[in-house]
Amino acid sequence: MKLALITLLPFLGAVFPVFSIRYGRNACAALAGAFTLAALVLLLGEAPAVYRGEVPAWGVDWLAPVGLRFSFFLDGLGLFFATLILGIGLLIILYARFYLDSRNPMGVFYTYLLLFQGAMVGIALSNNVLMMLVFWELTSLSSFLLIGYWRHLPEARQGARMALAVTGGGGLCLIAGMLLLGHIAGSYELGEILARGEVVKASPLYAPALVLILLGAFTKSAQFPFHFWLPHAMAAPTPVSAYLHSATMVKAGVFLLARLWPVLAGTDMWFMVVTPAGLVTMLVGAWIAIFKDDLKALLAFSTVSHLGLMVMLLGFGTHMAAVACAFHILNHATFKAPLFMSAGIVDHEAHTRDIRRLGGLVTLMPITATLALIAAASMAGIPLLNGFLSKEMMLEEASHTVFAGTTWLVPVLATLGALLSVAYSARFAVRTFLGPVRHDYPHHPHDPPFGMWLPVAVLVVPVIAIGILPMLAEPVITRTAMAIVGGPLPEFHLALWHGLTPALFMSLVAIAGGAALFAAFDPADRLRRSLPRPEAKRLFDSVIDALVAVCRRFIDASHTGSLQAYAGATIAAVVTVGLVAFFDAPHAAGERTPMPVNATAILAWILVLGATLAVITCHANRLLALVLTSVIGLVVSLSFLTLSAPDLALTQISVEVVTTILLLLALNLLPKQTAPEKGLGIHLRDGAVAIVAGLGIAGIAYAVMTRDFSTISDFHIAQSKPGGGGTNVVNVTLVDFRGYDTFGEIIVLGIAALTIFALLDNALRGAAARRLDAMRQGEEAKDAHPLILVVATRVLLPLALTVAVYIFLRGHNQPGGGFIAGLIVSIAFIMQYIASGYAFAAERARVNAQALIGAGVIIAGLTGIGSWFFDAPFLTSTFGHLHLPVIGDVELASAMGFDTGVFLTVIGAVMLSLSQIARVEQRAEREPVPEGPMDNRPQPVGGDAPALTATQGAAK
Amino acid sequence: MSMEFLLASAIGALTAGGIYMTLRARTFPVIIGLALLSYAVNLFLFSMGRLTIDKPPIIDPSATDYTDPLPQALVLTAIVISFGMTALIVVLALRSFLETGSDGVAMDDVGEDGLEARDGKARQ
Repeated sequence: MKLALITLLPFLGAVFPVFSIRYGRNACAALAGAFTLAALVLLLGEAPAVYRGEVPAWGVDWLAPVGLRFSFFLDGLGLFFATLILGIGLLIILYARFYLDSRNPMGVFYTYLLLFQGAMVGIALSNNVLMMLVFWELTSLSSFLLIGYWRHLPEARQGARMALAVTGGGGLCLIAGMLLLGHIAGSYELGEILARGEVVKASPLYAPALVLILLGAFTKSAQFPFHFWLPHAMAAPTPVSAYLHSATMVKAGVFLLARLWPVLAGTDMWFMVVTPAGLVTMLVGAWIAIFKDDLKALLAFSTVSHLGLMVMLLGFGTHMAAVACAFHILNHATFKAPLFMSAGIVDHEAHTRDIRRLGGLVTLMPITATLALIAAASMAGIPLLNGFLSKEMMLEEASHTVFAGTTWLVPVLATLGALLSVAYSARFAVRTFLGPVRHDYPHHPHDPPFGMWLPVAVLVVPVIAIGILPMLAEPVITRTAMAIVGGPLPEFHLALWHGLTPALFMSLVAIAGGAALFAAFDPADRLRRSLPRPEAKRLFDSVIDALVAVCRRFIDASHTGSLQAYAGATIAAVVTVGLVAFFDAPHAAGERTPMPVNATAILAWILVLGATLAVITCHANRLLALVLTSVIGLVVSLSFLTLSAPDLALTQISVEVVTTILLLLALNLLPKQTAPEKGLGIHLRDGAVAIVAGLGIAGIAYAVMTRDFSTISDFHIAQSKPGGGGTNVVNVTLVDFRGYDTFGEIIVLGIAALTIFALLDNALRGAAARRLDAMRQGEEAKDAHPLILVVATRVLLPLALTVAVYIFLRGHNQPGGGFIAGLIVSIAFIMQYIASGYAFAAERARVNAQALIGAGVIIAGLTGIGSWFFDAPFLTSTFGHLHLPVIGDVELASAMGFDTGVFLTVIGAVMLSLSQIARVEQRAEREPVPEGPMDNRPQPVGGDAPALTATQGAAK
Repeated sequence: MSMEFLLASAIGALTAGGIYMTLRARTFPVIIGLALLSYAVNLFLFSMGRLTIDKPPIIDPSATDYTDPLPQALVLTAIVISFGMTALIVVLALRSFLETGSDGVAMDDVGEDGLEARDGKARQ
């Protein structure tokens, strides 16, 4: 539980900065820091248990069927990483407070930063690889936001996009790799996967899983050839670079490799892929870093190089290499973050971070310069600083690594890497801080406020402390390395002096050679310029451009804007798929006893077929097509009645009424004729597709109906009365067995009605309104509101409502229920609109239809929630008998409440749809209607009657 | 000739008619086509419970057998939802006709019908 809280605290904290910024920037930073500190304290509270050898874990099921659990564990590696993330995070928050001035939106910055922090802690503590993937993607997204923080800068946007494309693409590979890994191991719980290393390595799927996971890790950790995104991500504010691109995010890939080390490492394939990738990255990164003039770019490539070093160590696959890797992760974080922050301070104070315009800053900003020089010396691997120790361990491991049968290759290249890192460190330190003071800085530099250099100083302390007394770091490194290898370690001691080892000799060569290379910078630079230098950004951009062009061409070709083309393609595709299945299946009719036909059935059949044919041939006359469609609807509802489905018959016939009114209303405004469509070919083509589809569907239906079957419905029938408390199985199914389904359906219905409202509510403005005004309704009944109809509907209204209530109440036991009753009520009201006019009815409508929809959904939902109070799942129904005086025994089921919700929603949805169309219709100009006693046509609603009159006058 | 054949062929005819009408170039035939398709689909779903006469799924001590209630429950909501869908499409068609003066279903068909000119005259 505590572990989940540690992970969630930064996410929780991310909510606040955007609000707390109102109370000042100090409050904003303090609050962000407080959440980080709280998480850090909680985390360190768990540390003693971890150091006793325990592995605290906690988890709950999230999506159990797919193996996703919300589960955390804390071992040495997780503790180490989470402490780095939260500890350095705290320092970065302090630094950023002074780095960002008032022109930058600080609240947003801290929100992004805490989001990122939470995601990183989540990766470190996840005990479920699927959940880890979620956090992994979150780091990509939040780093996208952070890199693009200065969104007005094009390079910030491009850098953010590139980082997202590369790490996001790698993330996709990682998802596939993790799924394969979980599949092989039989579990997505990390604890179980780690215990099954042998099974995984023996599996034939090991190779693809490894490649995919490595793609994820290498893109995240900027390994060659994916290293190019990291320097472009330097467009971010410096606190982001210091945090994401030195201490945390780019280490996520290294962390992942370390995390999965017991499962994946140790095979030939692992060694042959990971080691060279790391080695090449180390060399390429260091070589480029030497020649960068921008301080941050130099540091960025140096980070690429150091990440390569770590990956290479993990690639070696030995236990001591894992120790060295853990040690270097710690050391790199302590010297690289201060270097980034120092670069930020220089930029902040001198207004440039171009190495060619700097120099001599040690006299102007002594504190910053001292701290930066120490950190840079550590980066170079100078003795008495921590960078020396881990680099020497790396050289020691490299010195006895055999690659491709050669004993000299890896040691020589590793030494070369160290040599290059001495050279760029020297260039960073000497060209920025040493040398003569200049007079042409863009801004006169001096030391920054205390709060800005304090985080640098805090991190430089361990650089020196560990450098002199390495045993201080020993417990942490031991515990971390044990967690990486997943077992005991060989005896080792971190020490300054190991005797005259090959590593010492290699170190000396590196320092001397690096100094020489720095001295010979100009010839080296000329050499570099003479070599081919592929510009990664240009390559990346051209790839992206080509992709965009291909997509655009595809979209232009496929999105023609014609519904005919879309629907045609969709239907043709479905028919094709159906045809493929058709040809490899038997087609004989089944053995079920056929049902004999009678004359009525044949008559109905002829009616449907005839009407369908007539619709197709005569649909140019739209009214006729509508009438014919209604005929089909009536026959369909009669078929339901005959075939033992009274509920369906009732529903179909009421929906039929409503739909016909709806279509008539729409047709009143739409053109009454369809212009003939040109091109016989189109008709033949569509006809062919339609006939094939129709034959197919008929064939399937016939094949199914002539076969016997087994169904789960016996359960519904058996449980209807004892379990659902009703004898109408269809209704009990709707409100009880499948109540959740119904709940979804009424919500869909409500949304459809509200969309209709939204579509028509503002139709009385703009072009639509002008078109309505101009519309002349040529033919209209001479008597718009015939007296008999008006009287009859008004008399019938209470009767219809009574029938509806009756149908509703009996629905649980006899055909009826909320859907049908709702439709009946709607029809009763719509009759008032038809008979007496929209304005008459609208004026008298007391209840607003939107409110009905809302109330219906809420009532249905509340009924469902009610069962929670009885410890039952959502929508469990209950029923009982209530004895009322006079009326007698009344059966009450909680499903009745749910059905009420359905009832209200249906009324609301139907009334809203129809009345909206009717309202629009009011706007159309009409022939004057003779005055009559019951003619209640009032002025058009909306209060713009004078305007309308004016338009009419003008039109005439 | 059996009842099954009658229903299956009716479903096929409705499907064919519905698809043909759905592929037309104007909104109203498309709406009619969708209505026909709805009938076809609802009948098809219903027929998955096989055909029975006089055995409604209403629990009754004197009844010996019932028809399959499950397809009925599914079709009942489908009928109501297809009303919602039809209403929405009708309104979309109506609004797009009111906005553009055209009831075509392709973007190319969106053209002016001279309303602007008439408006101009009305304002003078």
